[in-house]
Amino acid sequence: MKKFFYLILIFVIPIKAFALIEVDITRGNLNPLPIAVSPLSIDDNSKKNFEKILKKKNIGSEISSVVENNLKISGLFNPLNKDAFLQAPEIANLKPRFEDWNLIKAQALITGKVNYVDEKLRVEFRLWDVLAGKEMMALAFTTVPNNWRRVGHIITDKVYERLTGEKGYFDTRIIYVAEEGPKTKRIKKLAIMDQDGANNKFLTLGNELVLTPRFNPTSQMVTYLSYFRNLPRVYLLDIETGMQEVVGDFPGMTFAPRFSPDGKKIIMSFAKDGNSDIYTMDLENRIVEKITNHPSIDTSPSYSPDGKYICFNSDRSGYQQIYVMKSDGSNVKRISFGKGLYGTPVWSPRGDLIAFTKLHKGKFYIGVMRTDGSGERLLTENYYQEAPSWSPNGRVLIFYRETKTNDKGEGFSAKLWSIDLTGYNERLVKTPVDASDPSWSSLLSN
Amino acid sequence: MKKLRIRNIDQGAIMKLNKILKNTLLLVAACIALSACATSKKSTGQMQGDVYTGKDTVEYLASGVPDRVFFATNESVLTTASRETLRKQAAWLRKNSDVTVVLEGHADERGTREYNLALGERRANAAKDYLMTYGISSDRISVLSYGKERPVDSGSNPLAWSKNRRSVTVKAN
Repeated sequence: MKKFFYLILIFVIPIKAFALIEVDITRGNLNPLPIAVSPLSIDDNSKKNFEKILKKKNIGSEISSVVENNLKISGLFNPLNKDAFLQAPEIANLKPRFEDWNLIKAQALITGKVNYVDEKLRVEFRLWDVLAGKEMMALAFTTVPNNWRRVGHIITDKVYERLTGEKGYFDTRIIYVAEEGPKTKRIKKLAIMDQDGANNKFLTLGNELVLTPRFNPTSQMVTYLSYFRNLPRVYLLDIETGMQEVVGDFPGMTFAPRFSPDGKKIIMSFAKDGNSDIYTMDLENRIVEKITNHPSIDTSPSYSPDGKYICFNSDRSGYQQIYVMKSDGSNVKRISFGKGLYGTPVWSPRGDLIAFTKLHKGKFYIGVMRTDGSGERLLTENYYQEAPSWSPNGRVLIFYRETKTNDKGEGFSAKLWSIDLTGYNERLVKTPVDASDPSWSSLLSN
Repeated sequence: MKKLRIRNIDQGAIMKLNKILKNTLLLVAACIALSACATSKKSTGQMQGDVYTGKDTVEYLASGVPDRVFFATNESVLTTASRETLRKQAAWLRKNSDVTVVLEGHADERGTREYNLALGERRANAAKDYLMTYGISSDRISVLSYGKERPVDSGSNPLAWSKNRRSVTVKAN
């Protein structure tokens, strides 16, 4: 999909010393930046053409809505109500009248236009600092019309990056397990959707139980657990082609798979005779390596982004705790020492933190700690929640939460939620049906 | 072949004591609750410690041969009652030498998915090991863990969880 994008820098962005607006994402942002997203202006001819192709009346406003919604979800921005805008999109795009935007308390402004060029969608946008009266960024994209939502996500990523100094996470997808039916006979399917819940697709039919899908670094492949023919095994799925294969030839259950950061190996648990150990399989030469060798349960392995270390879950101390070892299995060290049980460690893409699930006194927590176990911080507490997965910029975690049933065992549901690393901005991630085991892709365009 | 499990004895013992104390309290609380509203009595099940000892969900492989055994939270140790059940299963399997079985190991919903898959496998293997010590060949027994994916009771309470922590012997042919 990447090849369909042409990115053009219209102007060289001058980085000067005067204070342009900045958004600090390291603190819980209780004062989101007021931003105006002026609908992308569109000429009548382009409008007609896109309406024919995309069945959308005004693709300019549609793309702006995608941007607006993303900015809102991030918790860092407060997109202002369009009804208050004084300048029409086609004029704002040419030259914003900053006093007008200042009047409605906008600090930043996004303007732009959409064109139909050679059957392609061409989008141009600018980011303005309203108070300074300066242009902060100007970019243009050309792509196939069907990619229009992705254009909205890429614009958001660029704006986010310009204002926070960090890469965005909007042009991404989530793979997860869609769930339906009674709790005792759940039907589970692999499903994939855009980060904002759009373009949901089911990838399996629900004939067999599937669990824990995870993307490879390019987000083209997924590794997951399937109970196909009642043999729980780790599988590999190519999202584009739909091709599936079993990973390795193990005489028993393989589970808890993840890719190595270079995408060349799958790391997973293999259970035999009541003992689970961690193994890797090289996807090119199919060589299997045993990484842990201990009579306890060793599972939920996750590599550090440099591939040098692995964090994992083990009950070798008697109860579930988090351990870190070198990627060859040497130098095993326990890092979780707080009260309660710890599971599902996942290394942050920035390398500095490990996210986990903690069970203590009948409550489940999602938290983070440094890779040596220090600085434990619990972000959210609930009846049941687990399995955090990092946004590619390491600023947001997505996980799933299950509800308590009533006296009759009714009222069960499972939903995806996200929360910022700061512990603020907890949000329900909408899915068409119940959902669990989310995994966040990398940035699709880069 | 029995597997050696290494445990931190002191911590384990203390936690177990805590657990027993807590469970006693829970039982007392449950008794009070039950006597307080006798109209809503809907379960004949009961627990010893936090191991299910009732008959609610139990099915039978043959007359007098229960199909399942139950476990304490996070444990895969067989209780006295479980061993008795498994001896009955072993006797039945010896009598019906053409029967093969799948031992399906399960965990309750109060644990992370991946750990629970491993725990279910460990529980089913505890049952398998015991059947093997009573003369059942390992090629007649396969093991399948469902982790927390297939509860029998959808309740969110200690009694429901105790029914779900189980290894079920299922006829495979």
